[in-house]
Amino acid sequence: MLEDKDRIFQNLYNDKGSDLESSKQRGDWIDTQKIINKGRDWIINEVKDSQLRGRGGAGFPTGLKWSFAPKEIGARPHYLVINADESEPGTCKDRDILRFEPHKLIEGCLIASYAVNAHICYIYIRGEYFFEGQKLQKTIDEAYEKNLIGKNASGTGWDLDIYIHYGAGAYICGEETALLESIEGKKGQPRLKPPFPALIGLYGCPTIINNVETIAVVPTILRKGSKWFATLGREKNTGTKIFCISGNVNNPCNVEEEMSIPLKELIEVHAGGVVGGWDNLQAVIPGGSSMPLIPKNICETLKMDFDSLIEAKSGLGTAGVVVINKDQDIIKCMARIARFYKHESCGQCTPCREGSGWMWRMLERMAKGEASRDEVSMLGDVTDQIAGHTICAFGEGASWPVQGLLRHFKKEIEKRNNFNPTFDRGKDIPYLVDQHLLDKKNA
Amino acid sequence: MLKLKVNNNEIEIEEGLTVLQACEKAGVEIPRFCYHEKLSIAGNCRMCLVEIEKSSKPVASCAMPATEGMNIKTNTKFVEKARKGVMEFLLANHPLDCPVCDQGGECDLQDQSMFYGIDKSRYKENKRSVPEKNMGPLIKTQMTRCIHCTRCIRFATEVAGVPEIGAIGRGEDMQITTYLEQSMQSELSANVVDLCPVGALTSKPYVFEARPWELKKTETIDVMDALGSNIRVDSYGWEVKRVLPRINEDINEEWISDKTRYACDGLLSQRLDTPYIKYSGKFEKASWKEVFNIIKSKFENSNKDKICGITGDLTNMETLYVFKEFFNKTLGSQNIESRNDNRYLNPEKRENYLFNSKINGIEESDFILFIGTNPRYEATILNARIRKAYLKNKTKVISLNNVGDLTYPYESLDGKISNIKDICEDNHPVSSLIKSSKKPLIIIGQSLLKSKSAKYVFEKVKTYLHKNGKISNDWNSFNIISENASTVGSFDLGLYKTKNGENEVLKDLEDHKFEIVYLLGQDNLKFKKKDEFIIYQGSHGDNGAEIADIILPGAAYTEQNGFFTNLEGKLQKAYKASYPPGDAKEDWMIINELAEFINHRKLFNDKDELDNSMLNQINLYLKKNDNKKLPDSNNLFFENEDLKINNEDYYLSNVIARSSKTMLECKKSKINFKSTGTEG
Repeated sequence: MLEDKDRIFQNLYNDKGSDLESSKQRGDWIDTQKIINKGRDWIINEVKDSQLRGRGGAGFPTGLKWSFAPKEIGARPHYLVINADESEPGTCKDRDILRFEPHKLIEGCLIASYAVNAHICYIYIRGEYFFEGQKLQKTIDEAYEKNLIGKNASGTGWDLDIYIHYGAGAYICGEETALLESIEGKKGQPRLKPPFPALIGLYGCPTIINNVETIAVVPTILRKGSKWFATLGREKNTGTKIFCISGNVNNPCNVEEEMSIPLKELIEVHAGGVVGGWDNLQAVIPGGSSMPLIPKNICETLKMDFDSLIEAKSGLGTAGVVVINKDQDIIKCMARIARFYKHESCGQCTPCREGSGWMWRMLERMAKGEASRDEVSMLGDVTDQIAGHTICAFGEGASWPVQGLLRHFKKEIEKRNNFNPTFDRGKDIPYLVDQHLLDKKNA
Repeated sequence: MLKLKVNNNEIEIEEGLTVLQACEKAGVEIPRFCYHEKLSIAGNCRMCLVEIEKSSKPVASCAMPATEGMNIKTNTKFVEKARKGVMEFLLANHPLDCPVCDQGGECDLQDQSMFYGIDKSRYKENKRSVPEKNMGPLIKTQMTRCIHCTRCIRFATEVAGVPEIGAIGRGEDMQITTYLEQSMQSELSANVVDLCPVGALTSKPYVFEARPWELKKTETIDVMDALGSNIRVDSYGWEVKRVLPRINEDINEEWISDKTRYACDGLLSQRLDTPYIKYSGKFEKASWKEVFNIIKSKFENSNKDKICGITGDLTNMETLYVFKEFFNKTLGSQNIESRNDNRYLNPEKRENYLFNSKINGIEESDFILFIGTNPRYEATILNARIRKAYLKNKTKVISLNNVGDLTYPYESLDGKISNIKDICEDNHPVSSLIKSSKKPLIIIGQSLLKSKSAKYVFEKVKTYLHKNGKISNDWNSFNIISENASTVGSFDLGLYKTKNGENEVLKDLEDHKFEIVYLLGQDNLKFKKKDEFIIYQGSHGDNGAEIADIILPGAAYTEQNGFFTNLEGKLQKAYKASYPPGDAKEDWMIINELAEFINHRKLFNDKDELDNSMLNQINLYLKKNDNKKLPDSNNLFFENEDLKINNEDYYLSNVIARSSKTMLECKKSKINFKSTGTEG
């Protein structure tokens, strides 16, 4: 269990105040000038050494990402974009950072902007976080007033302007390139990669995009040292992470914990246990709705970090832990998630546009027990045809929860849907032959 | 050069290509829906997935740059499965109404589903239905068939420059629409029909007319404007059913204007199919012999100086040539003219009536000045090229007049000729722009040439460009946009009579000095008939036929072989796709037979002899045309005229377009765009 002194977000529950004075008492904006004066390379190396991985879901090493930005500002300016479009169901960590620890974010923006040579930083906040956005704007105004950012920010000689951009509430705008499109005023649809945003991003300029949490932890890492951060958690999965525990638990909460904390400890200690006791647990979605669920037997020993969850064929994602107990209909739950993805698909590329609705409709029927038995494996086929065939990772996000369901609860579905298939699957029918001919014996 | 492997065959390609292009170089075909050479890459149909070694996922080949040492595989099970999956998704919500779909037989989805489709659908849900959209008189929509490739959106925003088509909604509710459900305000709008890989956008005038395999396809040349766009004419028996673009990178790339495409229904109506004679104000049907007899006696009773011939806007060069021979040799008359108005012509050099920088040259240009032209209407395809140049190089464009939306930004001057005077005397900011530009384009339009200041501006600008070295062997910045398909051909063949650029024949005609007027496909002549005896030869009963005393039924451009020279001086041949209706004959034949009737001697024995003779004459003319004389701008009369641009009848500019119902609808729906129905 994480000791209080190692917590980065001391004010996660807003009992210490989020204004500049109280933030400074917690250590924010102290020696920012000194940190920046140590130079770009030192900052990037320190972040690399801390083995900080992006907190937005994909877990890409942050230091490495920063090092992709061109070393010198060329003909085009650099941008830093903060992704505060926190739309993943089951996740609400960025919201509390925006509300209660905004100075950590702003300070992180300054350091990161300096590290990637950006003079302009955009913070893209989802439209539903209106009050959080206003709160953040107040913080930004406060920081400007105290010359923490702006011209010669914090006396470092680096100019930085921070702008807030409100989204309109589309889930897909949390995808980094769709987010850039949205900032540019276009329809939020992901771009093709390559080219990657680090070289051609916002308005065609080099752009580094980071999650709110990633940026907010950077100043503390630099102040306390990368070694301190790297000793928390385990190799390649270091540091602390805000876990958002929701669902059938007695005490849903956000909690900052060490990486690799056992899932059971997280639920029992911080969230007050599963409703109806641990034995009543059915499954856990460990990383926000887009990650495959994990059944109870794996949950017993599961450690919450990037790599061990990948071993369990799931992912840490945003660390939005959704607990599902046995009172819930698991197929209905997944049908609801599939409906969310059907609704949020941007419609740009074929597999996700056509497939997400197909999956949802099949799952709805399966939840009601109206599907035929062969459709269960067909549903698996459809998810395979979506995942990996799309422009962005939404295809995976939409099909993984369904794949997780099929992986662990296939029997449950088959039990409920035991109609015979409409035509006989017993025959070994070749894939590309006119099947009506096969009915005739000598065809 | 890059070395890479496609299906284990090593190939070398130049840098900057995509994987899809690399595969094509290796002779491997990649299925695609959204990818199009002339449009930006969207990468959203996912049909072009290939396997690349070291990549765990299939890769969209259209969007992936080819790199050194890549190992691309297109024929593996992995790729096949990926493509079959995409095809299944595409077909899931596609109505599969091929039997009643106009795209059937030339549908990309149909073709590719033969390779990647499964014969039975696994999709058991209800299919999506999408309401139809109104896209004007040219485009019929059936949006349920749409596979959201966004080619139409990209065409509209990139090539046509009218961002009026877009997608609304998201996910499976995404719909392609013109937002306000109005016709696209573009003269290139119907190209989206060709671009649409399925039957979502089909051609409204062609709806349920024919199946592609029933049609005879003839590759030919368009005559609706002076560009000479390359087209394919599809005909069913006599009827021309539709016109499609043909790729010619030097002229029209892959696009044609709506007029080129849809004026073809004018070939079916108002046709002259038998000779007519006017008796006391009424036309009576007659035989060829009767009309030839009358014509012969009229010619015999008239002085050769009292005869004139005026040729038209859609006439091919063979006919023009045989007409000239007929006038010069059979009748002994020199009163022959191709211009129907007082437009200025300086025939000293061929470059004086050509688009000298060439259409391809537009893309190299760094500065463009329009004098008295609205290229959007005068040469739609050329305007699209200017837009392309603007997108590519941010070319600066200045127009003497404000001519409205040209689909790219330009600065306009106040339209006064004094601007040109100032420019040529280095007293204008534009002067330095011209001088500092490496490859400027000065484009002169018909509105200027028809104005009073034509001679002044023409000679002054030309001299100025010469003086500043902007007319040289490498780059000739002096360009004319010709009005009609036959304009350059007529001038090449010498069908004009002029001393100082004026139109002598027209002047005499207006003074009623002629007794016999022979109009060869000339319908745009504005003149009050007095006692003249008018012979009209042409394809349509229009303005020319109305004032005629004798009508000789000729053929339209799709009904005879013939050469046309386009505005940049390129000789192209149009081929016969259909045949003249009824008793009508090919135009050259009528004149040849008339010559034989009058003189008992044919001018030419057959079409080959005519062709050879004409091509010889053209070759001689081109060789002779190395006149070194420099332009002279002294003694020019300057008048500070307010130049007006006239394009009121874009959709009704020639006989075929005037007979076309579709063009009339276009005029109503496009030109009156802003009418709200409440004007009274």
